[in-house]
Amino acid sequence: MDQYRIDKDYGLEFGLYTLGDHLHNPHTGERIPAGQRIKEIIEIARLAEQAGVDLFTVGESHQEYFTTQAHSVVLGAIAQATEKIKIASSSTIISTLDPVRVYEDFATIDLISDGRAEIIAGRASRVGNFELLGYELHDYEALYEEKFDLLRLINENEIINWEGQFRKPLRNARVLPRPKNDSMPIWRAVGGPPASAEKAGRAGVPMFLATLGGPVSSYKYTIDVYREAAARSGHDPESLPVATAGFFYPAETTQQAQREVYPHINDGMIRTNGRGYPKQHFAQGADPRDVMNVGSPQEIIEKILYQHEVFGHQRYIGQMDFGGVPFDRLKRNIDIIGSEILPAIRKHTKK
Amino acid sequence: MNIVILSGSVAGSKTRTAMEYVKASFNNNHPEHDTELLNLADLDIQFSDGRNFLDYSGDTGYLTKTLMEADAIVIGTPIFQASIPGALKNVFDLLPQDGFRDKTVSMLATAGSSKHFLIPENQLKPIIGYMKAQMLQSYVFIEERYFANGEITDDDVIFRIDRLAEDTLVLAETYRKIREEKEASYGF
Repeated sequence: MDQYRIDKDYGLEFGLYTLGDHLHNPHTGERIPAGQRIKEIIEIARLAEQAGVDLFTVGESHQEYFTTQAHSVVLGAIAQATEKIKIASSSTIISTLDPVRVYEDFATIDLISDGRAEIIAGRASRVGNFELLGYELHDYEALYEEKFDLLRLINENEIINWEGQFRKPLRNARVLPRPKNDSMPIWRAVGGPPASAEKAGRAGVPMFLATLGGPVSSYKYTIDVYREAAARSGHDPESLPVATAGFFYPAETTQQAQREVYPHINDGMIRTNGRGYPKQHFAQGADPRDVMNVGSPQEIIEKILYQHEVFGHQRYIGQMDFGGVPFDRLKRNIDIIGSEILPAIRKHTKK
Repeated sequence: MNIVILSGSVAGSKTRTAMEYVKASFNNNHPEHDTELLNLADLDIQFSDGRNFLDYSGDTGYLTKTLMEADAIVIGTPIFQASIPGALKNVFDLLPQDGFRDKTVSMLATAGSSKHFLIPENQLKPIIGYMKAQMLQSYVFIEERYFANGEITDDDVIFRIDRLAEDTLVLAETYRKIREEKEASYGF
């Protein structure tokens, strides 16, 4: 796991992620300006570092209601504003970007941050990026596979000879600058269904699994598929890190947490995805067997430890800012993370 | 309540005629509700390619967004080759897999033969159920001989259409009340 900068004895890494959504606060109907949202994201990363959070990540979505389309630029600012927290994308939509340019950007962020940058490469759930960035949607799958492979090739070789379908060949090309330690962790972003996990396993690349809601046991199945596919293809699953990502929101009681965050998530999903989060499903999310980490600090600690026991994963990242959650709340939540949640997770997962 | 009436065919006139009667029934008997008739024959709809329903443009985007904003949908279908038309199946394919969650859906079928009576039962209901609709169990089935010159010639058919409209509203309103009560009980 060393090449992925994961220390097995450290215990479960805890991170925070944002999609960079730019949504109204449903409690007030107001939306902060885009510039303020971006600055607050950078500030949250800084506060998260102070609280001892291990990782902060920013995603790109080329749709209305988002503001970190240029996520690598935002990560550059976070690299400068922080000193020790790991920083990554969540995710970089590699399908509609040039892997050479992505690598140049992230290698630069790695140098600015003194070796803290990682790339999580995904395929997008909404597809505005295809038209906007000049790609054909019917190449959705082929684009991702080709560009993800090229990104990994660049990570593993300073001099590249490569030919593919979606960009001109590279002949003895040098992709510079190189990251601090010559390569960076590159993860494959995987959604719910196991087909994509199977591909990640076969390729022997670390998997970042999105787990918005539903039983832990369902996601365990996807992780099993990943590890089995890795083993079948000659990779050692023990050497491949797994990370999960999902909704996270602490408050004094479960009901308080649900009351505060449900309108943000539901309204935000209606605007960005066309459909809300069914209230019944959200209510079920409080069950200790559900993967959604919304509740009192003690409940969240127990859920994360349970997930760690079932998944045997190395990293968890939580999304707590979706849907216009006000900055004061995010600051309060970071205090809870630093004072209650992190110490417990460290204590129980450290080897 | 926002009611969308979908005429699910690009060919022929009977289903369209029937759906105009459905719309008139809502408008005359339940004027407090909004209705919109979507006729696939008037729209230029692309085949589903799996993208989010918000990401379609033109008529296709209009169709998907209008359907997704509906509280209740009445689907009208002719019977082609002992099944629903491909054009109507494509509409379902354009929507999310649970796209009818918290919506009420009812059905009307037109056909050249009474032998097709169970086609909606066996082929349309499983799709609508899979997409998580609250489904009106009874549907209106109209044979070709009850149409002439763009009109329905049999009063019994018109009575059945009136009952379909009323039952659709009863189910939609009942389910909405039940759901609101349940959601209020969660306390958040």
